[in-house]
Amino acid sequence: MGIRAILSSHLPNGQFGRHSLCLAAVGREHKKLPTLYFDIYRFSKQFPPLLLSIFGLSASDLCSFSFLFNLSLKIMKLDTSGLESAASLFGASSELFDGFATAPSFELPVTNDFDGFQKEAIQMVKPAKGTTTLAFIFKEGVMVAADSRASMGGYISSQSVKKIIEINPYMLGTMAGGAADCQFWHRNLGIKCRLHELANKRRISVTGASKLLANILYSYRGMGLSVGTMIAGWDETGPGLYYVDSEGGRLKGTRFSVGSGSPYAYGVLDSGYRYDLSIEEAAELARRAIYHATFRDGASGGVASVYYVGPNGWKKLSGDDVGELHYKYYPVMPSTVEQEMVEVSGA
Amino acid sequence: MTKQQANWSPYDNNGGSCVAIAGADYCVIAADTRMSTGYSILTREYSKICKLADKSVMASSGFQADVKALQKHLAARHLIYQHQHNKQMSCPAMAQLLSNTLYYKRFFPYYAFNVLGGLDSEGKGCVYTYDAVGSYERVGYSAQGSGSTLIMPFLDNQLKSPSPLLLPAQDAVTPLSELEAVDLVKTVFASATERDIYTGDKLEIVILNADGIRHEYMELRKD
Repeated sequence: MGIRAILSSHLPNGQFGRHSLCLAAVGREHKKLPTLYFDIYRFSKQFPPLLLSIFGLSASDLCSFSFLFNLSLKIMKLDTSGLESAASLFGASSELFDGFATAPSFELPVTNDFDGFQKEAIQMVKPAKGTTTLAFIFKEGVMVAADSRASMGGYISSQSVKKIIEINPYMLGTMAGGAADCQFWHRNLGIKCRLHELANKRRISVTGASKLLANILYSYRGMGLSVGTMIAGWDETGPGLYYVDSEGGRLKGTRFSVGSGSPYAYGVLDSGYRYDLSIEEAAELARRAIYHATFRDGASGGVASVYYVGPNGWKKLSGDDVGELHYKYYPVMPSTVEQEMVEVSGA
Repeated sequence: MTKQQANWSPYDNNGGSCVAIAGADYCVIAADTRMSTGYSILTREYSKICKLADKSVMASSGFQADVKALQKHLAARHLIYQHQHNKQMSCPAMAQLLSNTLYYKRFFPYYAFNVLGGLDSEGKGCVYTYDAVGSYERVGYSAQGSGSTLIMPFLDNQLKSPSPLLLPAQDAVTPLSELEAVDLVKTVFASATERDIYTGDKLEIVILNADGIRHEYMELRKD
């Protein structure tokens, strides 16, 4: 028949003794040594079903874990090439570094409900997000614009977040979604682009850079990263614009807007867009689109920044407070008074 | 059969508030000293402030066990840096290190809300504010913790500095003098203590300037 193997595993906290599991597994196909596979993310249907019975210190625990699943002691493989530090490449000496300078993997919590844990953790720490960003290609190059508000739940955590990230002097990335995710992975992309330049003696193309980022994000797909970014730049083939997101999508295009305010920005952007705009006209179009998005979307606001990417690299064209833009576009007209109320004096 | 939810959480919130204000040549970092869990007070004298380097001081509220682990990790990295480079880490460098350290635990976050204060390489005050997973930003002032939603609007009103994103750029540090800033911090905590149950007992203030570090304490309401 099968091999019966008993494994008892204790979760990290002594207090958790009540939940310690004794696992009895019966399988028809088996190896000489009993091995139990625990798949944190998925129930695999490839192995024959293992009957699992648990006896913890209380009878109620028995009922709770009676479902079929495979257990694996393998750690899930993540694409951690994004985290390799330069030190390891040059064989940096000494045991001092192990575990510090080379941090090859993300620690994962030991839990049988990874998705639930992530949902709760994210609810609790409420990382900053929410935004409007846009970018479009036109005759002279690429125009990139964004607002600067970051919200944590309903609280505005900052009105001055840099959402246009300078990857290198001729490439920009925009930030939408989780602020920490975008900041970290853009910085990482900048490092990889620089390494590419040093290794290949030429600048990386926008296509290449966006592919690097998209591959990293794809490998973390399903783990709760929230990144909606646009990579805009000028390379040998001219202006380039790609949209990359944490679902693993990567699209080449000429007009994009990302974020909670994007529907409003699209409305203004699409109706005013022409390929042969001049730089000033394009900048004004981008600025207006961001302004209108901040006007209607609660999660967008702060300062509307506009950048231009041309053959000589990027240049910041303007940064205007959207409150002031409102009064610039819609100045307050003194209204004509038809009947003036005069104070009645005395009795 | 309904799936039983885990009723043990690896996190707890020990409450408290932290504030930091950057000046032209000084930086003030302050935090209360109350550590609570649920409705109980664990101690009235717990310091949430940690000096990471000569010119960098971090104050963190949230789950103090995670904060302690984070402080240890940063202290160790700083020591390695000193051995390698024969100098102390600058505040902007420490800021990025803290951001990366927080992000490496992206899938099992440190439940710590940090504010890092110090002097940059030009001697100007700098304050960096973080969320729990490492997104950070240099600002002129910041508040984190259970009283932050009470404190921040007041600081915005008193200190509102122009956004660093405006073009042409305008300076982000507060025009207040050091004594005025310390006074402001004391006022702010006195008010926060009135309305936040997790803030109180004692206020610890650290002032960093070109002459070095100075500590001040003030009693707060203990109820």
